[in-house]
Amino acid sequence: MSEIDELYERLKRFQEAKGYFFNKDRERTYELLAALLINKKRYGYMACPCRLASGDRDWDRDIACPCVYREPDVREFGSCYCNLYVSAAWKEEKIPRVYVPERRPPGKIRL
Amino acid sequence: MSVPQKTVKMYTLSTCSHCRAAKQLLNDLGVQYEYTDVDLLSGSARAAAIEEVRKLNPSCSFPTIIIGGTIVVGSREDKIREALGLK
Repeated sequence: MSEIDELYERLKRFQEAKGYFFNKDRERTYELLAALLINKKRYGYMACPCRLASGDRDWDRDIACPCVYREPDVREFGSCYCNLYVSAAWKEEKIPRVYVPERRPPGKIRL
Repeated sequence: MSVPQKTVKMYTLSTCSHCRAAKQLLNDLGVQYEYTDVDLLSGSARAAAIEEVRKLNPSCSFPTIIIGGTIVVGSREDKIREALGLK
């Protein structure tokens, strides 16, 4: 089993139990999981692939996947910012798939 | 005679799926564009890119796409097509 397959299976089991599902688009999900592994190698933690990480684990605690914004984003839009984690309704296309705006305060981005 | 294409520039992240989708859309539309993967920059180049993105898009999110004089935030196909003048 590849590193991505292993990550997929482990997270799926753990997150689905909490009510968070992977996007049904397997290609996109794998692309995001591969990006998480890149960030883990690059920064030492799985920073959100769709946000600019600082390289400081403590500073980026809010965007270590699953980020702290996932819960309010999935509640409001049915999907996290990246479309990696989604609600059952989003996954089954029972709600419209809308653009999820950035919720992280811009001041969190470090030069 | 074809209408000259608007200048398209994007600020992106190499790991971001929305950024990848936006690049793919432009490729599929045959639109030429420049892009900067900000996560691959360091030092003053990174700082300058972030400052530029902040000016264009105060939320400093990616992709930030400049199409002619229009700023599109996110990989939103309808807005990208509209800014390009496509239906």
